[in-house]
Amino acid sequence: MPNFVELWVYLSSTPLFGLTATLVVYVLAQAVYARLQQAPWANPVLWTVLAIASVLLATGVSYPTYFAGAQFIHFLLGPAVVALAWPLWERRAALALHWRALLLAALAGGLAASGSALALGWAAGLPLDVVLSLAPKSVTAPVAMGIADKIGGIPALAAVFAVITGMVGALSAKYLFAALRIPTDPAGWMARGFSLGTAAHGIGAARALQVNADAGAYAGLALGLQVVLASLLIPLAFRLF
Amino acid sequence: MTGLRGLAWLLALQSIGELLARGFSLPFPGPVIGMLLLLLALRAPVVREPVAACASFLLSHLSLLFVPVGVGVMTHLGLISQYGVRMLIVIVLSTWIGLAVTALTLRLFREKSDAELR
Repeated sequence: MPNFVELWVYLSSTPLFGLTATLVVYVLAQAVYARLQQAPWANPVLWTVLAIASVLLATGVSYPTYFAGAQFIHFLLGPAVVALAWPLWERRAALALHWRALLLAALAGGLAASGSALALGWAAGLPLDVVLSLAPKSVTAPVAMGIADKIGGIPALAAVFAVITGMVGALSAKYLFAALRIPTDPAGWMARGFSLGTAAHGIGAARALQVNADAGAYAGLALGLQVVLASLLIPLAFRLF
Repeated sequence: MTGLRGLAWLLALQSIGELLARGFSLPFPGPVIGMLLLLLALRAPVVREPVAACASFLLSHLSLLFVPVGVGVMTHLGLISQYGVRMLIVIVLSTWIGLAVTALTLRLFREKSDAELR
């Protein structure tokens, strides 16, 4: 008779566990999401994160142990960012036409997201290093970590803030856009996608890609632009003030 | 095989991006430089066809790639129990402000640039 506790301890300490758990739970969450007609609240990232974190906490498996396996998925973020050039290439004619408005919207939106996070965080009485970790929260997680490190925030916390920001955007943007009367015509999809990528980076872009191909492409552009703008401007702003 | 060649291109361009970022101490991350390089390289059909196959697959599963970092929320339980509600309110409000400002700015100025064309 095998000892199941011993077997669990063995399996949960190998990289195979983190990788398998991430994929299997995500595939299940994705199936539920599809079954529920992609309702925003059924967001697969949200439920996968909650499920895995709960299992790890309940069974006492540490995050570094989990990450030893999950890093193989995390690694693909790099090539995925490079791949964002593809949807842009497909829309190069529209880009050539609207690049000024897009650049302006990226600057205004990034500034509004970062500035309001800093102001609200300070007003809410959060500790200084937590407030500083909020500044790059609309930039994709790996980049947010680098920026937070430069301005005196906590990199690991900045990454978590970025992921939560992405989920908030993916979950609520549909209703916010409806309230702002952004239409669902080609110009409207451009605005919806672009603002999701600006304020909610890759997770917002993933949502946009699922809803509309044009929205997804502009979300990808916005996320790339935000990475460039934020890595330049946030550290610069902190050096000046 | 086409998809695999696409992945090879993506990784090669990311590596060049990382080298440029490190070598010239550029403030951008390597993958972003890789993305800009790919945008130029896509003019060549030898890059375009394999990258199209691989990019569509990677991007359709983009949200999966954020799960490992997201699970890291479990390492901040102390901070969450102390400031969780306040942090969530700040994140939600600032995300809405960012979304609204971006969408409205784009609507405002995009319509202008359309009008200029007439």
